[in-house]
Amino acid sequence: MNALAHTANGQKAANPVFLAVGDSALAVQFGDSVDPQANRKVIALGHSLDSDPVAGVLECVPTYRSLLVNYDPEILRGAELEVLLALRLADLELGDEAGRLWHVPVVYGGAVGMDLDALAEEKGMTPEALIALHSSVECRVYMIGFAPGFTYLGGLPAAIHTPRLAVPRQSIPAGAVGIGGQQGSINSVTGPSGWRFIGWTPWRAFDPARAEPFLFAAGDRMRFVPVSAEAGTEIAENIAAGRLLPTPEGKA
Amino acid sequence: MSLEILQAGPMLSIQDHGRHGRKRFGVPSAGAMDRPAMDLANALCGNPLDAAALEFAAFGGHLRAARPLRLAVTGGECDIRCGQRQLAAGQSHAIAAGEVIRIGALKGATWGYIAVSGGIAVPEVLGARATHLRFALGGVEGRALRPGDVLPLGQDDSSAPCLRPREPMVRPGANLAGRPIRVMLGPQDDSFDAQTLARLCSATFTVTPKRDRMAMVLGGTSLFAARGHDIVSDGIVPGVIQVPASGEPMVLMADSQTTGGYPKIATVISADLPRLAQMPVGAELRFEVIPRETAEDITLAERARLRDCFSGLVPASGAQLSSSFLLGCDLVGGIFAPEAVMGRDLMTAKEQQT
Repeated sequence: MNALAHTANGQKAANPVFLAVGDSALAVQFGDSVDPQANRKVIALGHSLDSDPVAGVLECVPTYRSLLVNYDPEILRGAELEVLLALRLADLELGDEAGRLWHVPVVYGGAVGMDLDALAEEKGMTPEALIALHSSVECRVYMIGFAPGFTYLGGLPAAIHTPRLAVPRQSIPAGAVGIGGQQGSINSVTGPSGWRFIGWTPWRAFDPARAEPFLFAAGDRMRFVPVSAEAGTEIAENIAAGRLLPTPEGKA
Repeated sequence: MSLEILQAGPMLSIQDHGRHGRKRFGVPSAGAMDRPAMDLANALCGNPLDAAALEFAAFGGHLRAARPLRLAVTGGECDIRCGQRQLAAGQSHAIAAGEVIRIGALKGATWGYIAVSGGIAVPEVLGARATHLRFALGGVEGRALRPGDVLPLGQDDSSAPCLRPREPMVRPGANLAGRPIRVMLGPQDDSFDAQTLARLCSATFTVTPKRDRMAMVLGGTSLFAARGHDIVSDGIVPGVIQVPASGEPMVLMADSQTTGGYPKIATVISADLPRLAQMPVGAELRFEVIPRETAEDITLAERARLRDCFSGLVPASGAQLSSSFLLGCDLVGGIFAPEAVMGRDLMTAKEQQT
């Protein structure tokens, strides 16, 4: 049942652009910037295709401003899919239904949050002020991409936006909390990154051994909660021992 | 029962049809670089086409089976030995328990496949057995295979015959040197000016050593995006040709990430992507832009042709096949240079922005 599709007083999700991505995928693009309204339309169309599937559509990938629709051209031609999606979009309404809300514990600074002090100095503020800003807002999960569970966030205060490094660092651990341009991240696997990192979360955005390997989904909301290094370590141990399963606060 | 790896080529890995349904969580598909070739290997062994098999780059390795089985190598001509016997690629062979199979260099192709009856039965990870090397998913510990690995096998029908294709299996135009790789424009062709789009179709590109299962970096011609080389990250499929600020086009392959932030000038059609994957380093290629309807027609015709081939396999009955027949059983992409070698690790070149 798709709560987003038929909410009264909603807003029409109209006027996307269809872009062919080869002979088996189609991008439904709602804009060309990082914009919560475009992302809401992306998520709503994805939910609609999940709850009321179109034969021949294999899977959808929501991203910042477009929904990638993978399909089987043997069942459904691209031109037919565009017609079906246009009809679907004409009926699609955006409600004010919000995604799940997560309160994510973050240990700021330290070895993983190696950029905290330098970034605060660049911004002319104390590390405490930077932490307060980072944990003051409700972020939006725009998409999961780049790596399994890698979480892209929008909605960080402009005062802590920062360019990426010219030369990426080679090994950033899973759980690192970063800032790249105007976006935020929760890294999910160890790997190279050019983002700046201000802390880490003991939560695992991706754990292949967990019944549900992925914590977050596009459209979720997130607030960061500062915790001490000791508390962070304890949370990590409880998660590793299976005593703690991170959960969202439920629908707003 | 099991298959033991005694010696392993540089990129020997377990693959299947890949991981699907979790791209929205950033999980890449992985799976065979040349799926028709892997499908043929499975069909020759009487396996479902989506059974897990071994993929190798350039040369295979030495294997020992703990039970009698049928084995087939596809992808290209290949030096295959079992004791005193020399075995032909492109058909299945009966192997006795304890025999050592030595799979040498692949000729004129880059990716080879080894299927055994019953398939490789390692546990599924996130819905597939395919190995994704970078994210360490699937296969054996998410890594390339090495000597000492013992792979569990699925049950097979020990009374089933060895098989070969009824007729030489020719990929349309595959052995015509210079046949272009067909692409559809977009999704970000509007990031490029008219001259650059024209050059995409007229210029010659080369396969560089910067290649692996994630991407192939092309040389010979640089492309520049008039509207800039950064876009708001969006979805990716294998086959997209993205153009970073270096101007070196990069074709994303089976292990590619699910999202990316470089403009994608065009996308290789699914029927031609295996042929591109099989091109050796140094090969030259051109692109031809075709409309979506044509690309779909080609894809559907190619699938029908493969289905006909797989459903029309006949008992191999020990008959020796001529080399010309095997070359005709093309699962090689029109390349004659036998010096194909894999390039160095792409790690630095392929870094896609996060």
